[in-house]
Amino acid sequence: MELIFEKGAQGRKLSLLPKCDVPEKKPGCERQKALRLPQLSENEVSRHYTALSKRAHGVNDGFYPLGSCTMKYNPKVNDEAAGLKGFTDIHPLQPEHTVQGALELLNLAEKSFCEITGMDAMSFEPAAGAHGEFAGLLLIKAYHKKRGDEKRTKIIVPDSAHGTNPASATMAGYEVVSIASREDGCVDLEALKAAVGEDTAGLMLTNPNTVGLFDKNILEITKIVHEAGGLCYYDGANLNAVMGVVRPGDMGFDVIHLNLHKTFSTPHGGGGPGSGPVGCKNILAEFLPGEQTSQDGEENYHLFRPENSIGRLRMFHGNFLVVVRALSYVLTLGREGVPEAAKNAVLNANYLKHLLKDDYHMAFDGLCMHEFVMSLEDLKNELDVSALDIAKALLDYGIHPPTMYFPLIVHEALMIEPTETEPKETLEEAARVFKQILKDAKANPQMLHEAPTTTPVRRLDEVTAARKPVLRYAFAEATEE
Amino acid sequence: MGSYVANTEKQQKEMLEALGLSTLDELFSEIPGEVKIKGGLNLPEGLSEMETIGRLQEMADKNKVFRTMLRGAGAYRHYIPSIVKSIPAKEEFLTAYTPYQAEISQGILQSIFEYQTMLCELTGMDVSNACVYDGATAAAEAAAMCRDRKRSVVYLSATSHPQVIEVVKTYCFGNGMEVKIVPEKDGHTDRDALAEMLSAQAACFYVQQPNFYGQIEDCSALSELIHGSGAKFIMGINPIAAAILPTPAECGADIAVGEGQPLGMPLGFGGPYMGFMTASSSMGRKLPGRIVGETTDVDGKRGYVLTLQAREQHIRREKASSNICSNEALCALTASVYLAAMGADGLKDAAVQCSSKAHYLAEQLSVAGLRCKYDGEFFHEFVTTGEKKAADILAALEKEGILGGLPLSEHEILWCATELNTKKELDRTAEIVKEVRS
Repeated sequence: MELIFEKGAQGRKLSLLPKCDVPEKKPGCERQKALRLPQLSENEVSRHYTALSKRAHGVNDGFYPLGSCTMKYNPKVNDEAAGLKGFTDIHPLQPEHTVQGALELLNLAEKSFCEITGMDAMSFEPAAGAHGEFAGLLLIKAYHKKRGDEKRTKIIVPDSAHGTNPASATMAGYEVVSIASREDGCVDLEALKAAVGEDTAGLMLTNPNTVGLFDKNILEITKIVHEAGGLCYYDGANLNAVMGVVRPGDMGFDVIHLNLHKTFSTPHGGGGPGSGPVGCKNILAEFLPGEQTSQDGEENYHLFRPENSIGRLRMFHGNFLVVVRALSYVLTLGREGVPEAAKNAVLNANYLKHLLKDDYHMAFDGLCMHEFVMSLEDLKNELDVSALDIAKALLDYGIHPPTMYFPLIVHEALMIEPTETEPKETLEEAARVFKQILKDAKANPQMLHEAPTTTPVRRLDEVTAARKPVLRYAFAEATEE
Repeated sequence: MGSYVANTEKQQKEMLEALGLSTLDELFSEIPGEVKIKGGLNLPEGLSEMETIGRLQEMADKNKVFRTMLRGAGAYRHYIPSIVKSIPAKEEFLTAYTPYQAEISQGILQSIFEYQTMLCELTGMDVSNACVYDGATAAAEAAAMCRDRKRSVVYLSATSHPQVIEVVKTYCFGNGMEVKIVPEKDGHTDRDALAEMLSAQAACFYVQQPNFYGQIEDCSALSELIHGSGAKFIMGINPIAAAILPTPAECGADIAVGEGQPLGMPLGFGGPYMGFMTASSSMGRKLPGRIVGETTDVDGKRGYVLTLQAREQHIRREKASSNICSNEALCALTASVYLAAMGADGLKDAAVQCSSKAHYLAEQLSVAGLRCKYDGEFFHEFVTTGEKKAADILAALEKEGILGGLPLSEHEILWCATELNTKKELDRTAEIVKEVRS
């Protein structure tokens, strides 16, 4: 397909702005380099992006069992709410009395998400999950610093953790202590006991963990860390499995982040914007970033800076319109709907696992939470068909592949998370496809190496892309001025 | 209660039976009873769709949407072409995940490749990433890119947006870089002070163009000064002004970043916005976040992939250049559509109109008794001072549906005009200001 720069004609344009109604005045210094942007009619712009949209794949296009990403349906009413003029057209630095609705919304969102997570306070400033992790770690850092306990320089992260956990710890200036997980991805209590000490600032944990199992020793784990003087950080990536059933705050966690774009149904947008609010217990609330909302009695809402705030992590109030969507979702679900979603997410995962378990090797037996991991190691050894091959074959069936090669502790891993918004029929059809692919692999492994064959492009040469990077379009010299 | 669960109760029962279970709660038998929620969540009952939108409409109605806006300070109301609103709403873009599965994600990958190209064109820089959270985090990430073993001090001009300064400081509280603020003189970075402050530990210097006060900095001179000390020069630019001002590359910048919100994103009470990040080719491999590259498929067809991923957290874990995972991809798409719709002429026209209207407003306000605090050249923002109180001026304007500039002190206001403000609005503003008593 042509790039947008390969379309159009010199001088073609849209008519968007009126003539300037005041005398022209511009700064004296001017750019020398010609600005080369597309020259298109509106029709061409529209067709170009429509063509691109047909070469993209969203939740609306089909089953999207991408483990750890919670690709649930994104309700339209949430988008409608986020599109209300009273939200889209207000300036972040408007006087408080003119944005009472926005402050009320942030206040209500804070209360609702604190109730769901068992936290005492929450900031919506972080723009994504990793940003929330960074925020949470800085809260931990500020906490120890205020107590004069500055020898705590290490963050413990299990080797089954998401890559953002260790990366966030490094950004927060911590040394990462990686501890080996047990075979089931759960925390090895002995390894944890050996790792904690007076240099422990905290532990980062996902529960259910990244293989989709609930770590039942959770109270013991958080106790070990607390007794060593550290704090416990909950990565909210997998909250969809347990919301309304169990709360991080009750498991002993002091600080958490949520992924509103996973658990709370806001669209992923092809990689963002997300929202990664950071929540904490009272002991950390004084350090929260940015501004918090408060209400005087039943009356006006105000913004205030927490007393010992770590500062700001982003300008203004975070990805506000994403928070609008997430609150819309929580208002819709309410007290029964929240646990109902979690329970059905877990039911769907277990049902699909059940349908596949006789054909595919499950990394872990028994009940899972909202996702499960299969290992294609045997298939790889026997037929040289890899997890990647299976994933690519799924593309030809219109199914988005599961997460591949994660968690790192399972070889040839495929991680499947169906979510609660898929009906039984979709799960059964997906199981049929998975089985068919396995049959094809056994009959003709080469066929799997060739997949996909029906997509707009086939497997791409990533090695050359990285070795000889072409990162922008090169305009023909003739168009240079 | 509202619900998006697909399966009927009957189906749920069938599925449970297949698993050898009889209730949903049995799925959670592994979770110790002592940590489970007792008695349910303390949330209201769920709402129907009609009730939900009604409740949110109520909140939206409690916000005042100003007919006329003369406030910027980091968030700008520009004209958003209709097509810029409709395209990012397409569900294939809106509901897709990060394009890791390249074969079915060419639409998103190509749009990012085009975005990268447009941003390189706008800034004159060699390489662009696929964007980060906002302009301030882009500045903070840029500062971190400049660190090496011997150089760990970040210099920020005091003329930068105060919230950008705060964000960079917060990131540096994390990574341990030292932050030094270079004082301001007459609304510009004090170059003499900077020359004195620079040390062998200087990693980089960040300046905004135009700066927080709307003033145009002499970036070429700053660049020379910084490079003389061996540090990197980072510019935070306004992307609309970039259509007419000398490019960061022409000024000698090593990294150019900025807030992308003016490129078609609504004010939205502050977000989502996007931060763009571009760099010279020598700094390109240090850029954080996603980058899309061109390649070919097995049949030789042109295609696009996420590339240079060895920098990123999912590969490098604690050794990654940044922890960023989700970015603001849909906002980058919005910016691309905006730039495609405006074209070079349209963007320049918008820039010139912004500048013209701001200058017209400044003139009218001077007649009304407010003088510009600084003499230097400005783009679409300027600071006024005078005998009249800022609070009185803003209250008078608010009564007429006008959001005046941002008060900086008792008598100082930071104003902004864009192409959206008509002469009539600007005249009316000046009239109202004139009537305010000092």
